[in-house]
Amino acid sequence: MRRILGLAALALAPLTAVPAQAADPTSYTLDNGLQVLVLEDHRAPVVVQMVYYKIGAADEPPGHSGIAHFLEHLLFQGTENMAAGELSQTVSRNGGSDNAFTSWDQTAYFQRVAADRLELMMRMESDRMRNLKLTEDDVRTERQVILEERNQRIDSDPGALFNEQMRAALYLNSPYQIPVIGWRHEMEALTRQDAYDFYKKYYAPNNAILIVAGDVQPEEVLKLAKTYYGPLEPTPGLGERTRPQEPPQLAERRLKMVDPRVAQPYLVRNYVVPERDHDDQRTAAALTMLAELLGGNAATSVLGQKLQFDSHVAVYASAYYSGVSYDDTTFGYVVVPSEGVSLAEAEAALDKAVDEFLAEGIDDAQWERIRFQLRASQVYADDDIGSQARTYGSALTSGLTIEDVQAWPDILQSVTKDEVMAAARDLLDRRHSVTGWLSPTEQKDAVQ
Amino acid sequence: MIGTLARGLFLALCTLVALPALAAVDIQEVKSEGGITAWLVEEHSIPFVALELRFRGGAALDAPGKRGAINLMTGLIEEGAADMDARAFAEARESLAASFRFDVHDDSMMISAKFLTENRDEAVELLRKALIEPRFDPDAIERVRAQVLSIIKSNASDPGKIASTTFNHLAWGDHPYGTDLNGTPESVAALTRDDLVAAKNRVMARDRLYVGVVGDITAEELGPLLDHLLGALPATGAPMPERATYQLKPGVTVVPWDSPQSIAIFGHEGIKLEDPDYFAAYVLNEAVGGGNFSSRLMDEVREKRGLTYGIGSYLAPMDLGELIVGQFASANGKMAEALDVVRSVWTRVAEEGLTETELADAKTYLTGAYPLRFDGNGTIAGIIVGMQMAGFPIDYAATRNDKIEAVTMEDIKRVAKRLYRPEDLAFVVVGKPEGVESDH
Repeated sequence: MRRILGLAALALAPLTAVPAQAADPTSYTLDNGLQVLVLEDHRAPVVVQMVYYKIGAADEPPGHSGIAHFLEHLLFQGTENMAAGELSQTVSRNGGSDNAFTSWDQTAYFQRVAADRLELMMRMESDRMRNLKLTEDDVRTERQVILEERNQRIDSDPGALFNEQMRAALYLNSPYQIPVIGWRHEMEALTRQDAYDFYKKYYAPNNAILIVAGDVQPEEVLKLAKTYYGPLEPTPGLGERTRPQEPPQLAERRLKMVDPRVAQPYLVRNYVVPERDHDDQRTAAALTMLAELLGGNAATSVLGQKLQFDSHVAVYASAYYSGVSYDDTTFGYVVVPSEGVSLAEAEAALDKAVDEFLAEGIDDAQWERIRFQLRASQVYADDDIGSQARTYGSALTSGLTIEDVQAWPDILQSVTKDEVMAAARDLLDRRHSVTGWLSPTEQKDAVQ
Repeated sequence: MIGTLARGLFLALCTLVALPALAAVDIQEVKSEGGITAWLVEEHSIPFVALELRFRGGAALDAPGKRGAINLMTGLIEEGAADMDARAFAEARESLAASFRFDVHDDSMMISAKFLTENRDEAVELLRKALIEPRFDPDAIERVRAQVLSIIKSNASDPGKIASTTFNHLAWGDHPYGTDLNGTPESVAALTRDDLVAAKNRVMARDRLYVGVVGDITAEELGPLLDHLLGALPATGAPMPERATYQLKPGVTVVPWDSPQSIAIFGHEGIKLEDPDYFAAYVLNEAVGGGNFSSRLMDEVREKRGLTYGIGSYLAPMDLGELIVGQFASANGKMAEALDVVRSVWTRVAEEGLTETELADAKTYLTGAYPLRFDGNGTIAGIIVGMQMAGFPIDYAATRNDKIEAVTMEDIKRVAKRLYRPEDLAFVVVGKPEGVESDH
């Protein structure tokens, strides 16, 4: 094992004066490549174990969309040592909760239990990292379940179908264009062998991060991690995680989707923009501030003020950006027009509002309020160590390091207004964008 | 403002948990000089306070013909107060990095506030202005009214909402429980500023107020804070509505809806929170349709047959009426089979109750999970205010698991027969379910 972080002060301190609130994480890497992170919070006798795999929907072999998410479901089947469903049943019997989630860049499993049950959880979670058993029967039933999940989450919801179409149009080459749950025709064809091949290759200690957060001591967690995860074999030759990259985007795209189930028409515009990169988070910080300025609270944000308060063009207007992503990510606007306002008029009003912002610049008072709220959010975050564990989990599976995560609040505070305006001018290029209209009936293009 | 318009713009397939906080919940009762009672948990390790206020009655206190008034009023509370318009109020709140959330259900109006120790007095003063001196400016009324109308319109084409609205209306008729608290497009369009002022005075009164506080504040500091914040509210509000009369006929009601999947809500009349058998019913429901993967409904409908992504049931002991209800979605071609499986699960529970193992598993889950709920200042504030509304004693948290442990197999058998009545089961199905017809 090798301690990779200069957090010795915390890890080696005698156990007096244990901080009551969330502390910096303690990190180790086992010989087999498993990274272990411990976040302490001793206010309640509770612990969360999370295992993040650096594998998600954007890492799927072409034509097999949905396999990462399907495999996530199948991980609840048995191993040599556990019957199907036994892990969840054991968690329940111990009063805990467990679940899992899949995104484009990661797949994660977690249990939340009383702190003295951590060892049991580690034994079971480590077992299914390498020893999964899958029968054809299990696979057949679970495929029905994911198809029902698709019915429920996507096909019954025109907004969700619209999101799928928007992503597919936004990314020309990046696998971010596929939906996490998969395209239906490909989901129907997923086999036991597909799942098993994916599992054997990617579910390995050298492709995973173990995060333990709560009422635990780092030394104790490390000891348990060595006992249960230590003996697991890494996957040899697991190279750099590379994916098809976007070519230069030269043409703006526009979508119009009509679905009679839509009650409230709205428009969305998404741009491909840079994500938070290791050692280079300033651009992402500028975009984060920009999304707050344009689309934070409706009563005080630029779009909310201009579209909802001053002009009543919209019942809802916002901007959003999420910088944690392995490859280039999305910046976007959404506008829900008021009754009697067409999508064309709403889009024209959005364009005008953004143009005015580019001309007028940033309001000093709004800028300072946002900076103060970001500082305060660190106080509120100390109340929720589970959320901090998830923050580290998604960052570390998106190419960022612990140092990057720790540097982020200061970077946000140090970004200048000039950097934000430059990001707004240079990065929100219409050639890199898709604008989509969702409505129950065909809409006219032009403002009348 | 009303904030439920934002649709999920990103698809993330996840269910997340929040994390732990206080080990032992040491609740103090605080009585202010002005006569306001609060439950307090002091937690000084993080410099902020979470405050939860509840007004019993909620949207069920809408005056006749004014459905939607209390909901619209709730959406307007922070849209301008005292000398500030909506924007000035929002700027003041942001300058303090405080958060205020206002929400309303049929049994209670809820206010959740978080504020930093370093500017606590200013944050409380700002919240006081919203609670005592909201402006209900004409432009704010129109803006929020448009948001509510937009939500009503969206709900009208959301199959899940259609299912629950239909089920509730069939169950409770014209009682407030049977109609949408948002109101109808007509009732909302007709609301005046006077209606909103009246609505506020109907629900936001001290005779139905409950307070829970968790965080960096002492009992001595809390009393005067509460008097300042809430002392100027009216002493009394509107009388509570009559009990609701259950009127749902057994059988299936299909609401045609063009979608590849149907949504079903099922259930019948339930059990009161005060009933001596409530804990047995609670344990029973946990085993039959509780929130984890090993419930009978999950096992039969999802794990064994793959007919759904998820199915669950719950007890809904409201102030004025009780239900036991469940919900799931299935492909149109599979709904008929899923309905049969639900019926047979219900019948077997009524006839046989639970196995010894199911009872033991449900108990260990519920008793083990209970302490894990106390996870963060805001959550705990919500729990302790809920305990007061339910009429529980202040030491409830310490005795609650004993009540679960005390449930016997005989209790389960008796309550299963009484509570699970397959002959009363009513289903509302929204979709194009193949081979499923309305019974009436």
